[in-house]
Amino acid sequence: MARNKRAIPEINAGSMADIAFLLLIFYLVTTTMDTDKGINRKLPPIEDELTQEPPPIKERNIFTVLVNSNDQLLVEDEYLEINELRAKAMEFIDNNGDGSCEYCKGYGVSSSSDNPVKAVISLQNDRGTSYGMYVKVQNELVAAYEDLRERYAEEEYGRSYRGMDPEEDEEIIKEIKNAYQQKISEAEPLNIGG
Amino acid sequence: MAVIKKKKDKALPAVNTSALPDIVFMLLFFFMVATVMREVDLKVSVNKPQATEIQKLERKSLVTYIYAGSPRAKYQDKFGKTPRIQLNDAFASIDDLQPFVVQEREAKAEEDRPMMTMSIKADKTVKMGLISDIKLELRKAQAYKINYSSLQPKDAEALYSSDN
Repeated sequence: MARNKRAIPEINAGSMADIAFLLLIFYLVTTTMDTDKGINRKLPPIEDELTQEPPPIKERNIFTVLVNSNDQLLVEDEYLEINELRAKAMEFIDNNGDGSCEYCKGYGVSSSSDNPVKAVISLQNDRGTSYGMYVKVQNELVAAYEDLRERYAEEEYGRSYRGMDPEEDEEIIKEIKNAYQQKISEAEPLNIGG
Repeated sequence: MAVIKKKKDKALPAVNTSALPDIVFMLLFFFMVATVMREVDLKVSVNKPQATEIQKLERKSLVTYIYAGSPRAKYQDKFGKTPRIQLNDAFASIDDLQPFVVQEREAKAEEDRPMMTMSIKADKTVKMGLISDIKLELRKAQAYKINYSSLQPKDAEALYSSDN
């Protein structure tokens, strides 16, 4: 047939790039590349009835951090600015009061913690505390532990703790975490400042 | 015998652009794959706090988000300015949280359930009263792994400034 003989004209693909560009720009604009990041925490399970009395903790092994509804800090009965909290917490954890911790560099003050295993940080805030302040305090307390672990890793292994691969260096990380166990206890918030 | 061609045409030949669509498509596919479309329409304004000790949330499929903040301007005449919770696409009350967590957990594969993480995306001006209530509900629903969504500050000064 005459129709079959006619060659099909080639489709003009010159504008394909334009179409692809259009789509590309659309995706470029709508893309949100931000990966979600945040401070990981673990909540304690609810216990209806305490089956046994909690073990007594000596007053010197507790580092109390109170945050009031005006976002002010009271640390160990002392008013403190947020940027001083990290150093203060590190000093407490690293105190080594009973001398059993070989890698600690603390002053061994009798009013501060026995050793990093016994040291507990107790955090209590008000219901009126702002979330921003709460995260800042959490961040400083976690950072205090991380800084100590970093120092320990540098001394024991000559490597940076933060730069370690969680899969490759699993054993080492476990060891370091054990040396400075993160013990942050949160009390139920107060309701004074509303 | 060697034939010496006379260079008649001095003009540069046009650059071959036939591979251009391929390159563009490659880029396009990259962005299509890398793109995460925003699943929820945020009804509350969330200005995240800043923190340095932050970790990446690895598997998105295991993360459930809880938003808290003041309703956005266009919802304020209806819902006021008091900070509220948003779950999925709707405002929610604190009592909705527990069923929500259970429902989210049911939707996940059995082996993934213990790894489920609740990401709290709250505005930094929200009072801790609301956050504490959320935390208590999460504990009741046995969702213990949580993450306080935060941003990396530009420098230490920004971290400690009072307006943060």
